[in-house]
Amino acid sequence: MDKLKENKIVEDLFPQKFGKQGTIWVISLSIICAIGLFAYGRQLYYGLEVTAMRDYVSWGIYISNFVFFVAISLVGSLITAVLRLTDVKWSTPLTRIAEIIAVSAITFASLIIIVDMGRPERFYNLFLHGRLQSPIIWDVIVITTYFIISLLLLYFPLLPDLKILIAFKERNGKWLQKLYVFLGSFWKNKPEQFKITDKAINILAIAIIPVAFSIHTVTSWLFATTYRPGWDSTNFGAYFISGAFLVGAGGVVVAMYVFRKHYKLEKYITEDHFDRMGKVLVMLALLYLYFNVNEFLVPAFKMKKSEEEHLLGLFTGEFAPIFWFAIFTAMFIPIFILLFKKGRKPLPAFIAGVLVVVGSWFKRFLIVTPTLLHPFLPMHDVPANYHHYIPTWEEWAIAGGSLAGALLVITFFARIFPIIPIHETILETESHENEKHF
Amino acid sequence: MKTNQNSRRDFLATSLVAGAALAGCATKNPFTAEEIPDVKPSGEMVKLLSVDGEIIEVDKAFLKPVPELPSVMNTEAREGITGKKFVMVIDLSRCKSVKKCQTACNHMHHIHPGQNWIKVYPMQEAEHTAPYWQPTTCMHCDEPPCVKVCPVDATFKRKDGIVLIDSDRCVGCRFCMAACPYSTRVFNWEEPKIEKEILDKPYSCETSVPQKKGTVGKCDFCPDMVRQGNLPHCVSACPNGVFMFGDILEDTVTNGAETFRFSDLIKDKAGYRLMEDLGTKPSVYYLPPVNRNFPFENKADVEEPKKG
Repeated sequence: MDKLKENKIVEDLFPQKFGKQGTIWVISLSIICAIGLFAYGRQLYYGLEVTAMRDYVSWGIYISNFVFFVAISLVGSLITAVLRLTDVKWSTPLTRIAEIIAVSAITFASLIIIVDMGRPERFYNLFLHGRLQSPIIWDVIVITTYFIISLLLLYFPLLPDLKILIAFKERNGKWLQKLYVFLGSFWKNKPEQFKITDKAINILAIAIIPVAFSIHTVTSWLFATTYRPGWDSTNFGAYFISGAFLVGAGGVVVAMYVFRKHYKLEKYITEDHFDRMGKVLVMLALLYLYFNVNEFLVPAFKMKKSEEEHLLGLFTGEFAPIFWFAIFTAMFIPIFILLFKKGRKPLPAFIAGVLVVVGSWFKRFLIVTPTLLHPFLPMHDVPANYHHYIPTWEEWAIAGGSLAGALLVITFFARIFPIIPIHETILETESHENEKHF
Repeated sequence: MKTNQNSRRDFLATSLVAGAALAGCATKNPFTAEEIPDVKPSGEMVKLLSVDGEIIEVDKAFLKPVPELPSVMNTEAREGITGKKFVMVIDLSRCKSVKKCQTACNHMHHIHPGQNWIKVYPMQEAEHTAPYWQPTTCMHCDEPPCVKVCPVDATFKRKDGIVLIDSDRCVGCRFCMAACPYSTRVFNWEEPKIEKEILDKPYSCETSVPQKKGTVGKCDFCPDMVRQGNLPHCVSACPNGVFMFGDILEDTVTNGAETFRFSDLIKDKAGYRLMEDLGTKPSVYYLPPVNRNFPFENKADVEEPKKG
């Protein structure tokens, strides 16, 4: 391939400074984060009293947010590992997007769990007095492992790109140059180095699949290991994982659209990518729908007394509006949009992705809260406000702050590093051209 | 010989002073040393009995009240009382929801207003079945779901059957609350509003006092009372003798006024446990609400909101 084309790719994919839009975006996210931090300060001072959680609803939107973050982080393994191992070539430009979503989401999953703790300053007790029989300890172990593997899967493919970036000393400025040199100055594009990283990435790509399944299965077990109606289900692991793949893929479609539009990457993230990801989304939504049918239809057929109140609350009662909103926005409407070829164009696919992500967030809320409002013994001998759960502004601010924080991490990552792998794109264009020659 | 004894007496006196100073220095931690305060002898002597059984004289100025210390060390509180296996029997035929149990429990454990460790449920299984009152304590299960899920061993099962919480270790994740099918656990959502005097008491998981912000609390079977040979507060507070407490190894339970052979009582009155199908194996047994002492009267069908 001639140098000119290569330079064009580097030029196109080189990390860009925030424009006007970018600056507004970053500032707004920072403000949301700051409000969240302020609310958390209040929570630290006054205690969890500032939340609407009480003895019956002892887990609220923090925990649903945690489940949401763990879910969306699973996409890293889907795009990088599953598609890589099955030799799917078209996913190359999407791997880094997926991987940074994974890293940033899993980071904020850990943070939000600390936010939910009554005594965060005693976090060290988990290491000092940790008991292996508690699913929380399993979660700590697998989430840490997943975080490290995801970070490495983000880092190794970045090394050849760092070498490219380091070459532009003037353009990078002092700090970025320092960072690039620190992270990747040892990389010389030697064949031995490629051999090592290729092998490492392969091993990691295989290793991350069971770990990814574990993080979300174990997260589902935080609920399924209890007796409560709505949680006491053998379907929970698979139900959570299918939902996680769905929301993660939805998140990637949204990110693809935003990056493509903002950085003018139409040549690299093509309509074909949206078409293919759209099909993946339909498949995943159908899969999740299947597990939902299992999760709700089977107990509803029997209507055991303990389950009855919970199920009716979801189908026709207090939570029915959110329940049907979540089912329709996370599954039915996206499936409907994406089944059509026109629906898999960038804009409609983006809308479907947004619907999936929003619907999935509310779905997580429904998994956590309604169950807690239907204990085995009726709610009794407690103050009246213990019977309901309407999150306070502090809870919304903290949950919103964590979501904004995750987006900020992704935004800054795209500012510092090429969001589409430069080196791999060059290689792929080369192999394409070679194919044409023969 | 005489001098020898004198020096020995001096030694005892100084060590007593040092001990008193050490103990008096901090209510929080009696083991941190503090400099011995400059005390002038008052000249008024007090006779004391030494550990060796000798009578010694000490100046009154050197004496300091020993602060209240936890009755048992944390390790001992986690172990439990050897050779005991506590059990409770709740006779539903005697309960008319006087709630003296609840009041006494709340008062003695300084529970946050509005929250209750003991709840008295108006129960009616189905439309045509009889209503009755059902007081619930912690079930002190032999297969406690709460203990299984606790990540830090803050809630634990003792060899005497009691399930306790160590509020000094609890991280406040509330997994135990989600796991407990009996909804027996409460959380200290804010800084407990209790008098300074109680707040300064040394915490022990046997007394569960004082409650601590950001941690879980629940009925503890009053092991501090039991250790002293007394009955739990709810048992002695109930005017109708609903609660019977005892040791299953001794096969006796008592409500203070009457004592029963546990096995006979359960056999004769067809005792049962709550949610047996879950396999939690509670230590609390119920006697069915038959031949009731009182008619069931639910004055407040609607839950009255309490001051929170």
